Amino acid sequence: MTQHLKPERAGLDELVIISGKGGTGKTSIAASLAVLARGTAVLADCDVDAANLGLILRPTVREEHEFMASKLAFIDQDKCEGCGTCLEVCRSHAIEDSGGRPAVNEYACEGCGVCFHVCPAGAVEMRDVVSGRWFVSETPYGPLVHARLGPGEENSGKLVTLVRRKAAEMAEAQGKDLIIIDGPPGIGCPVIACLSGASRALIVTEPTLAGLHDMERVLEVCHHFEVPAQVVINRFDIDEANTRRIRERCSARGIEVVALIPFDTEVTRAAVRGMTIVEASDGRTARCIRALWEKLNSERPEATPKGR
Amino acid sequence: MTTMTDRADRRVIISVASGKGGTGKTTLAVNLALALSAFHDVRLIDADVEEPNAHIFLRPDLEGSRTVELPVPEVDKDRCRFCGRCAEVCAYGAVTVIADSVLVFPELCHGCGGCTLLCPEKAVTERPRAIGVVEWGRAGEVAFVHGRLNPGEALVPPVTRAVKEFIRPGGVTIIDAPPGTACPAVAAVSGSDYCVLVTEPTPFGLNDLALAVEMVRKLGLPAGVVINRFDLGDRRVEDYCARQRLPVLGRIPFDRKLAEAYARGRTAVDDLPGWRDRFSALGREILERASNGRRPRISDVSDP
Repeated sequence: MTQHLKPERAGLDELVIISGKGGTGKTSIAASLAVLARGTAVLADCDVDAANLGLILRPTVREEHEFMASKLAFIDQDKCEGCGTCLEVCRSHAIEDSGGRPAVNEYACEGCGVCFHVCPAGAVEMRDVVSGRWFVSETPYGPLVHARLGPGEENSGKLVTLVRRKAAEMAEAQGKDLIIIDGPPGIGCPVIACLSGASRALIVTEPTLAGLHDMERVLEVCHHFEVPAQVVINRFDIDEANTRRIRERCSARGIEVVALIPFDTEVTRAAVRGMTIVEASDGRTARCIRALWEKLNSERPEATPKGR
Repeated sequence: MTTMTDRADRRVIISVASGKGGTGKTTLAVNLALALSAFHDVRLIDADVEEPNAHIFLRPDLEGSRTVELPVPEVDKDRCRFCGRCAEVCAYGAVTVIADSVLVFPELCHGCGGCTLLCPEKAVTERPRAIGVVEWGRAGEVAFVHGRLNPGEALVPPVTRAVKEFIRPGGVTIIDAPPGTACPAVAAVSGSDYCVLVTEPTPFGLNDLALAVEMVRKLGLPAGVVINRFDLGDRRVEDYCARQRLPVLGRIPFDRKLAEAYARGRTAVDDLPGWRDRFSALGREILERASNGRRPRISDVSDP
């Protein structure tokens, strides 16, 4: 029986797997940890504009919901008097002059509603739009909450918050005290929504200068939001000098490197067959991830110090 | 080569995007920029402002920088009558009025200016708040621009827009976009003449390629695909491209030397024999497609 992670706040441990740089292996590692948790965790995919955890955990969708958090400006051309006030006030440059008539560019519109408030003819209406969907699914390894933001949509942070909240509710209802979260790349809005208030971050990096650079930036975000972090170096043997450099940077910052995972094309081959490496093999890579899981169960990171 | 050079006075904007992260966007953007700079006036714009990486490979000499600021509200307590209009118009919850105090949450503010414009007492003014920086310079023949969002900041598109203000008339502009398909990616690719989607032949690569294709179709951008590490996965990405009539512009094999060069911040074009010619050929193919308006836009091609 797998040992539970110790709860930190309100009996709940949210383990967020992020990376800064994309493609370092977040999803492969998150999925492997999900398998190793053997149903003791709730799983959440918070990479809402490119959700991939569901591709490998064989989910059966049980609930599907619309996500509505955005508004867009619509202009009633019959009421519009063509005064151009909306064009002047819009700082998103979302209203264009289309032959003397205002036209809204829906990708640029941020839904601020300033045009709605200033239009002297009352020709602007702010309409709710469906900007994505979210799902509750069952997998052989526990429940999975995931989502799909429509391409080009805003408010990915709100959708991430919704997925996290739903996962927390399910953990509460099912008496589980661990949530494994597959996070998005980058450091912006969805990453912040994923991290803020979470118990800990597991940062998956790779021994490239880009991986090191991006890890440093995401560690700054962890520090900013006071989330304790640990680091995994994936494909560590691609460049041992960079692996050393990452270890040195982490050690200088007081961040623990909790696993070194080798480069292994078997991970890709397993993914192509829709499997995690820990299901597909008992080789060196799988053993490293099992050891990582044991380590995550036995230790808790401390607050992320600021970098120098 | 003369026809290529002749065309250099026309501005061509090529964006490199992907859906999935880590598929090789920066590798492609940087190597294309280096290879094409032998024939064209090339400007590389790194519009992945959350995690910019192109500078690691180009090592530009920086010539200048500019802070990216958002105008956030400041309330004059003497003028304010606490009517609550500012809080009512704010779509982002960045202003709250409780009894006789106004609370502003700058980190939630999108800088739309609504509260300033609509305050009946003219009690709201704006002060600039730094959220990132744009830096520019040169890397040999390549003009270089990138943006950096300050860690802890959430709002990406204003920094992306600030970086894209550096697009100049003439020459070839290559935009390195962030991963994903949400507003940061759209802000980066919109307005380009052609979008190159970089993917890998795995279920993740395929899933995210399809999302990226949906994004470029909505934006009406012509697009083609480059399959990176094409020998490490299966044929499903190739089959998808064929069904969608998306041109596969190039296939890059997995090559440990390439991965090692990338790790050290080196480029294939400069370090590995044979790659300059391959990226030049790929660049010419992309420029040809970007300049050729007669080719069908992929938004015209219906689903099978």
